[in-house]
Amino acid sequence: MFKLNHAIAMGLIVLGAAAGQSVLAQDKSIVLASTTSTQDSGLFGHILPLFKAKTGIEVRVISQGTGQALDTGRRGDADVVFVHAKSQEEKFVADGFGVKRSPVMYNDFVLIGPKGDPAKVNGTKDIAAALVKIKNAGAAFISRGDKSGTHSAELNLWKVAGVDIAADKGPWYRDIGQGMGAALNAASASNAYVLADRGTWLSFKNRGELLISVEGDKRLFNQYGVMLVNPAKHAHVKRELGQAFIEWLVSPEGQKAISDYKINGEQLFFPNATVPGA
Amino acid sequence: MFSSAFWMLITGDPALYRIISLSLYVSLTATLIAALAGLPLGALLALKEFPGRNAVIVIVNALMGMPPVVVGLAVFLLLSRSGPLGSFGILFTPRAMIIAQAILITPIIAALARQTIADLWVQYRDELAAMNVGTAGSVATLLWDGRFSLLTALLAGFGRASAEVGAVIIVGGNIDGFTRTMTTAIALETSKGDLPLAIGLGAVLLLIVIAINALAWFVRRTGERLAGAT
Amino acid sequence: MRAPDSDLPLQFDRIEYRAGNRSILDIGSLTISNGAPTAVIGPNGAGKTTLLRLGMGLLEPGAGRITWGRRQHAAPVRRAFLFQRPVMLMRSAAGNIDYALASVKTPRGERKRKIAELLALVGLSGFEDRPARRLSGGEQQRLALARSLARDPEILLLDEPTASLDPAAAKSVEDVLRAVANRGVKIVLSTHDLGTARRLAGDVILLHRGRIVEHSASETFFKQPKTEEARRFQAGDLLI
Repeated sequence: MFKLNHAIAMGLIVLGAAAGQSVLAQDKSIVLASTTSTQDSGLFGHILPLFKAKTGIEVRVISQGTGQALDTGRRGDADVVFVHAKSQEEKFVADGFGVKRSPVMYNDFVLIGPKGDPAKVNGTKDIAAALVKIKNAGAAFISRGDKSGTHSAELNLWKVAGVDIAADKGPWYRDIGQGMGAALNAASASNAYVLADRGTWLSFKNRGELLISVEGDKRLFNQYGVMLVNPAKHAHVKRELGQAFIEWLVSPEGQKAISDYKINGEQLFFPNATVPGA
Repeated sequence: MFSSAFWMLITGDPALYRIISLSLYVSLTATLIAALAGLPLGALLALKEFPGRNAVIVIVNALMGMPPVVVGLAVFLLLSRSGPLGSFGILFTPRAMIIAQAILITPIIAALARQTIADLWVQYRDELAAMNVGTAGSVATLLWDGRFSLLTALLAGFGRASAEVGAVIIVGGNIDGFTRTMTTAIALETSKGDLPLAIGLGAVLLLIVIAINALAWFVRRTGERLAGAT
Repeated sequence: MRAPDSDLPLQFDRIEYRAGNRSILDIGSLTISNGAPTAVIGPNGAGKTTLLRLGMGLLEPGAGRITWGRRQHAAPVRRAFLFQRPVMLMRSAAGNIDYALASVKTPRGERKRKIAELLALVGLSGFEDRPARRLSGGEQQRLALARSLARDPEILLLDEPTASLDPAAAKSVEDVLRAVANRGVKIVLSTHDLGTARRLAGDVILLHRGRIVEHSASETFFKQPKTEEARRFQAGDLLI
């Protein structure tokens, strides 16, 4: 059975490759592994058409959690990786999978919570204190649990708050192992707290009783970086097209496109490509 | 906007039509390929005695229930740049989705075809032997005379292919305008909390499946009347 | 081009056929040559169907040799079989005959004419486009007969061709068989209807418990049977 299917797959690929030759030759496209926040917030829907209009390059976005997106780059299944977890990105480059990390922009996380506010944190500014209260109150909290950028930011915040979440978590802490939207759906269904990026929250429609509970703490800022997958590791990487996209993102034109994107008049992403150390 | 997907359908929203036509293209092509592999395999299992035949039948029947994500993962690992077939560079393309769906539904078509052909073979066996019809001729005769039942097998395969999301989302990547199908769009809209759009898309998918089944039912009924099948 | 090998005579030589431990058929030697129809009679379970199927090559004997025109394992090119319950292909009446014509590589251009002839022969003119499976039992039996004749056989084996028919339909089948026999086709039929055997057969084989009890010319068999069994069978006694 497997052999047969294997043979079919092989045959198909050969056929397809033959038929696709002419198309591929002039196919100006790159595969971009990115996060759910950039895709689901609608940012790409705004900036990618601008980039295509200028260069003719089509950017095909696979939206995954940050960890998974970096994996996709590591396997060579993408040309460019655009994610938000600085330390993981630096490791990605240090391990030789990416050529160079360029900072692009930041957005911020917000703590989302139910109107009833069982932990009494709504409207406060200190995220660390808020998390401690949630833990002490045993209020329901949804964790992405999917090794995404948001998930690692959440784990980092627990650490900042002095909570050893691996040891202290109880039935109130629900690890769902899914994307941002799914986590918000789960929080909406169970009136739980959840850490979300502002962009996904703003474009999220199924809010139910949820609202922004804590925002504005600078520890909630979330930096995005972009990297070309290393052609030395994966020879098929479209170096020139990918580099063109990266250069556009950090150019004044690209940076302006990012700051121009708004939902209900609210800017979601703040370009900072020129800020050293971002 | 509970009816937003219907509204888009009526107003001819190009993005929605691209999603629908890609879904149909991928699943119909996968069904065609699965038919080319599954029908002869089903006929072989119905007609030929060989060592391990029963084991193969059990395996094919079991694979009917293969979870799409498992197929998706296997095809992903094969087609990834780091996998054995990575040099073809077809991961995250419609072609990868076709391959995954074809693998997913070949066992369904093979198993249902085997049942149909075996039933018909019991009836035809002696007559065909008496007419000195060889194996190849017998297979051709059984496929032709069983074509209306086999159409149902193909539809079952198509139904499963067009309804599954697990395999296509892994190997296709759900790329907007390129590998986004109805099912992956539904998954995406659900994750964005846009439940009305997701439900609308689901209803459109359901309508398409119902329409295709109605057409097939009509073809089958007409055909049976003509062929006098009982 | 060489003429196709003949399937006659059909010879059985010390044939044994078993199902598991049970002996179904055990006969010495039997030769079937060109001539008037041969009727195989006997009670249920006597081995009539097995004998015919062996003669068609549909079964392999457990022991002994079967030859067609002195060749063993000859493919069924010049012989045809009419099953007791013939299976209609899921096609039209004409489609069923066309299939048989195609199976002996009848040129496409001649098929339409032959289909019309064969349907006329069995009294089914005008039935061309009727779905075969929607015909009545008697009509299906006659269509199956036409289909087996489409293969232009030298020898036609028929398993109880009239068993499930009413007397009028049975007579029309007998008439067709007589006409076919007169054209030189060797007919071998099994029947439990002594009337059919008496009217059609040139020779009669009485089978009982898998053995040939008596094989004689029709006239001898019916007027001066050589065996007690043949006499009792004709008298309507049960052969146990």
